[in-house]
Amino acid sequence: MKKINYLISLLLVCVVFATQAQSPKGKTGTFALTNATIQTVTKGVIQNGTVVISNGKIEAVGANVTVPQGAEVIDCKGQWIYPGMIDAGTRLGLVEVSAVPRTVDYSEVGDIVPQMKALTAVNPNSALIPVTRVSGVTTVVASPDGGLIPGTAALINLHGYTPDQMYAGFEGVVINFPSTGRRGFFDRRSDEDIKKANEKAIGKINEAWDKAIQYHKIDSATKGKGVGYYPELAALMPVVRGEQMLMIEVEASKDIQAALKWIKEKKVKKVVLCGVQEGWRVADEIAKAGIPVITGPVQAVPSREYDRYDRAYSNPGLMKKAGVTVAIRTSNAENVRNLPYHAAYAAAYGMGKEEALKAVTIVPAQILGVADKLGSIEAGKSATLFICDGDPFETKTNIIQVFIDGWQIPMVSRHTQLYDEFLKRDPGVSKTQK
Amino acid sequence: MKKIFSLFFACALLTTATAQVQRGNMLIKNGTVLTITKGNLENTDVLVKDGKISQIGKNLVAPAGYQTVDATGMHVMPGIIDAHSHIALTAINEATQPNTAQVWTGDAVDPFDVSIYRALAGGCTTSHAMHGSANAIGGQCETIKHRYGTTDPEVLKMEGAPRTIKFALGENPTRVHGEGNGIVPRSRMGVEFVIREAFSEAKEYIAAWDTYNAAKNQKGFRGTPPAYDLKKETIADILKGNIIIHCHSYRADEIYMLLRVCKDFGIKKLVFQHVNEGFKVAPELAEYGAMASVFADWWAYKFEVYYSTAYNAAILTKNGVTTSINSDSEELIRHLYHEAAKTQKYGGLSDEEALALITINPAKQLGIEARVGSLEVGKEADIAIFKGHPLSSYAVPMVTVVDGVVRFDREKDADDQRIYVDPKAVVDNATFHNYSHNHDNCLEGAELNMVKLFGLN
Repeated sequence: MKKINYLISLLLVCVVFATQAQSPKGKTGTFALTNATIQTVTKGVIQNGTVVISNGKIEAVGANVTVPQGAEVIDCKGQWIYPGMIDAGTRLGLVEVSAVPRTVDYSEVGDIVPQMKALTAVNPNSALIPVTRVSGVTTVVASPDGGLIPGTAALINLHGYTPDQMYAGFEGVVINFPSTGRRGFFDRRSDEDIKKANEKAIGKINEAWDKAIQYHKIDSATKGKGVGYYPELAALMPVVRGEQMLMIEVEASKDIQAALKWIKEKKVKKVVLCGVQEGWRVADEIAKAGIPVITGPVQAVPSREYDRYDRAYSNPGLMKKAGVTVAIRTSNAENVRNLPYHAAYAAAYGMGKEEALKAVTIVPAQILGVADKLGSIEAGKSATLFICDGDPFETKTNIIQVFIDGWQIPMVSRHTQLYDEFLKRDPGVSKTQK
Repeated sequence: MKKIFSLFFACALLTTATAQVQRGNMLIKNGTVLTITKGNLENTDVLVKDGKISQIGKNLVAPAGYQTVDATGMHVMPGIIDAHSHIALTAINEATQPNTAQVWTGDAVDPFDVSIYRALAGGCTTSHAMHGSANAIGGQCETIKHRYGTTDPEVLKMEGAPRTIKFALGENPTRVHGEGNGIVPRSRMGVEFVIREAFSEAKEYIAAWDTYNAAKNQKGFRGTPPAYDLKKETIADILKGNIIIHCHSYRADEIYMLLRVCKDFGIKKLVFQHVNEGFKVAPELAEYGAMASVFADWWAYKFEVYYSTAYNAAILTKNGVTTSINSDSEELIRHLYHEAAKTQKYGGLSDEEALALITINPAKQLGIEARVGSLEVGKEADIAIFKGHPLSSYAVPMVTVVDGVVRFDREKDADDQRIYVDPKAVVDNATFHNYSHNHDNCLEGAELNMVKLFGLN
């Protein structure tokens, strides 16, 4: 009986989701955004500038740019243009409603499953995607979670009807570095149990890593033949070869130190630390190792009762000051749209506005190796940007128009649609009286 | 039995009477004062005497012995009020029955919770320490003032604040009791029944006592009093208008259901909590005079909030519903000013409307608007001082005052603010709150049921 209930509820959920229409269609072509204040991020601020968008790219940018014939002109007088914001750590597209298990696709069975690809499970029609992109967050890393090596994360642009259309040029294998910390109020293991679990987990990761190296050696020796089907090792091979990035999720200071040591021992070439909530405690060591970080959420409570109340706010700035390359993430799904506010808190608590802006634009683009396409307003880059009427880190600011890969995005989402329908509900209290 | 209760009651009174609340004298100089109810005043001083605002004006002089806080270039606003919180509690859910009106979070107040200090560090001076949402009729709640530093739970309680009680509709009570324990409610039909049944039985209880009381002094009376029942006493007090209902709710249909039930029983004091689909029945809420306490932008974390919008607060406000923004979170309670500011993005509320959502409006919902929620002469001196405008994303709370006593000072306070260190606690282990565990506060304490329900380990 219980099973039938589950089936029925599953069916209902499917029906409800299937009937959710995608928002109105986007539009592409040649656009000239004129009279704008352009925050290029990498090359300063241009007053009264023009951005020309053509073939999905920024064709020209500057104060003395000619508007091409036939271009659709969008007058941005009194408005700003920013590059689309990048959240380098989310679950977006991999979960619809976190409390409904059938809609959760970021977690697989198994401790070591790097072959599980987030890009496969990204739902291009998720209602969460339009809600996110109309806030100026255009590009996100959709990241798996769960076991020790939960899968391969992917960078996606928040527009497209297939994962291939959304794919933005980066994939990386995620490791949940074994933690000596607690997972939450419900975690009541003893110190001894935590230590044991930690050692066992490191052992498992090392075993997988060593096997992947052997796999790579055999693969090289046999020129790709005669290895047999080992999907998890095949997925790890580009990482041990230094061709693909390893994204190490790690939070507590002791674990960060252990991770840095592990990276050195294993000679991991392409690597980034993610989460890093206690990075401020060991910022010098991270800087010395030269490993970049993707940190967040910033709007979070300190990890320890005895820590200063604002540690999570000041963490990005403290790491930056120590010389660490810092990108900011939300680690969220339905509220990835709050990325600019996480950055604002980092800015106000020590990082400064300029660096905080970089931490959600050019820095994540550089870390993920896509700075040739994303992260700033420069000619030749992807036309992934937005027009707004003020500082995008302020809640008073309206995001007026978003472009992703040169597509003019409809500025509607479930949230705006419900607002339009219900602000002045008709009929009101009485069905007959007007 | 009744004697024991009276004894208890006497003890409770005694403790309340002896609770020593610290009240201070101070002068806050030269700030931009956001009074909330009477506009904004530039370069203005606020004088506090014996924990209350005694004067607001220019060039005020502090009498000898008064502490002075220089607020030049800063914004001075009333302390923020959170109408939905679970901080400072050692227990949240009595998840054993669909109706637990007999219990009270006031019996589980924890003055050592460092979350109180962290809330102060976000300008928040008062919170509604609520029972959880496991039961259709949960426990009574306690309104607390963030007098962090006291070790006496009684001092934390806001003396004289009206009584409140938690109700809960929808997924949580039906999951915990229907699915978890196989008893009513398993559906939203059952939730209505549980509430109507409790109200109806309390009505009978009142009538039985009325009959007894009317007859007992008559000559020759030989009857016995009805059996004392604390649960029914509590529900009876709701019916009599002595307790404000604060009801956890999400979907429009269930909100409308409770409006109808309350109308049938003549209950006026009704605040909906979370109320994500309140915007769908905003005209009905406004007509009834029910209030709404909402999240700024939380949605999609469970199915019953999938069809909701961050424009909720704006739609409710524009339809005339007294609305507040709450936290339900030890994290969000630290930046409710920022949460309120989001209503400017989602619905374009004015500065005055946005600030009211975290000050005078939640005060109304808790029945304490005559004492706190705005900066006015005679009101209690609960004050938050900000660098930058509190609705800016870059705002930094600098000083927070409760009853004229500085309880948070960004420049002067030490990092470690614990006032009690559990000798059995783990010394060097950190706790990290990951994405998937963000929204479970309301069900804390009901986790055993969830384990039974979903086979989690």
